[in-house]
Amino acid sequence: MPKYLIFLGCVIPYRLSSYEISARKVLEKLDVELVEMPTFNCCGYPMDAINHELMLTLAARNLCVAEKENLNILALCNGCFCSLNETNKMLKEDKKLREEVNGHLKAIGMEFKGTIEVKHLAHVLAEDVGFDKIKDAVKKPLTNLSVAQHSGCHILRPAKYVGHGDDPENPTLLKNLIRLTGAQCLDYMDESACCGNPIIGVNEEVPFQMAKEKLDHIRAVKAQALITACPFCHMMFDMNQPRIERAFNEKFGIPVLHYPQLLGLAMGFSPDELGLGELRVKPTELLNQIQGGKS
Amino acid sequence: MSEAQEYVPSVIKAEELNPKFKYEMSKKHGAEKIMLCFQCGTCTADCPISRFSDFYRPRKIARMMQLGLKDRLLSDEALWLCSSCFTCVDHCPQGVEIAGIVRVLRNLSVKENRIMPLVYRELASNLLKGGYVYEIVESRHKKRAELGLPPLPKPNLEEIAKIFEITGSSKMLENVKTFEKVKS
Ligand code: SF4
Ligand code: SF4
Repeated sequence: MPKYLIFLGCVIPYRLSSYEISARKVLEKLDVELVEMPTFNCCGYPMDAINHELMLTLAARNLCVAEKENLNILALCNGCFCSLNETNKMLKEDKKLREEVNGHLKAIGMEFKGTIEVKHLAHVLAEDVGFDKIKDAVKKPLTNLSVAQHSGCHILRPAKYVGHGDDPENPTLLKNLIRLTGAQCLDYMDESACCGNPIIGVNEEVPFQMAKEKLDHIRAVKAQALITACPFCHMMFDMNQPRIERAFNEKFGIPVLHYPQLLGLAMGFSPDELGLGELRVKPTELLNQIQGGKS
Repeated sequence: MSEAQEYVPSVIKAEELNPKFKYEMSKKHGAEKIMLCFQCGTCTADCPISRFSDFYRPRKIARMMQLGLKDRLLSDEALWLCSSCFTCVDHCPQGVEIAGIVRVLRNLSVKENRIMPLVYRELASNLLKGGYVYEIVESRHKKRAELGLPPLPKPNLEEIAKIFEITGSSKMLENVKTFEKVKS
């Protein structure tokens, strides 16, 4: 039975418990045991812009905590996956960098040894649980449902650090996971383009245009929902969708589900159990279709 | 964008050039390959931010670093528009890693007490106060319990403060000037 240290990050507890709730539900059902971090600090990602060493040391502290527990980390957020995974790999490969960071960690009585691995939820589902087991757990296949995926930058790029074999130019990992639910996953233009959210704190115009273009492409292929695997991408497309609609005088009304919400529905969990009520863009039609037995 | 709106940089003067700058920068983690940039423009062509911004141009940033135009680079707020999507890193034919170069420049701006967006001060201060970069208020903790979620892992604030100090971050954040929004 796979056992992981779950790394929630900052934005999920702050704003997106629906992602956490649904992820915990499906993982439990799929026999993935989750252990809570005994002590936590931000993964470091948001600090990289102001001080790279600070990011590395904050990330490394979490890695050391996991090493002590002798458990691999499961991250739900692409940003956390990015900083923890990259730092882990860089420190394992680059002796000079490791010495530098270990110099800092000494002050808090820790040392990076390089004994664990970091995975994103999508990797754990695809590699540890496996497609067969997920397929078996699907009790209410979502046939007749057509959705689109947005993997998010940091489980795709930079390819040399991400690992796990997905193709950043033509991502298939999340697509294949979606197809296990019985839903169709449609191709659309510029699928691996960034959501824009990382710079929303300094500029709204550009991220809004980026997200709007993506919503245009998704609407063009008539997807009934967008499926994400990152809280920041989710916020960009769900929480900000009404504001994007106002800014461009358009109506999209595209529900945005966290992947474990989609999978959870197919596994037979109720919308309430999966926190679907928390979504800004209400997935009413989609749920009617699923529950109406048309699927 | 229409041509009339395009940003026209002022003429570069010889005394602005600093041939040593690129060597200094190439010692920093992330900017090692700056000398390899041959100005093909792939990064700008594929950058999602450049697509919608009139000012942000990664190829130009690489050339300016090669030329040593440090003050121009660091005083331009557009430097803070990169979204770290890493498209340029994957696409550069010379393996230059523009995202790393931008990060090195941003770090330098903070280190030299020049400028940074206000939002980073807020995130850092939350992190120091509670371990999370957003403030998790009491009602959030209660809501978690109601939803049947386990209590959030606790931060070790002493250790976080020590990490800030030992990496020289506390001082940096005090003195750097902040700005709110970047024009695109
Ligand atoms: S893609 Fe690489 S080589 Fe080409 S201009 Fe950009 S940094 Fe330089
Ligand atoms: S990482 Fe930054 S410079 Fe590179 S493509 Fe993305 S937004 Fe543009």
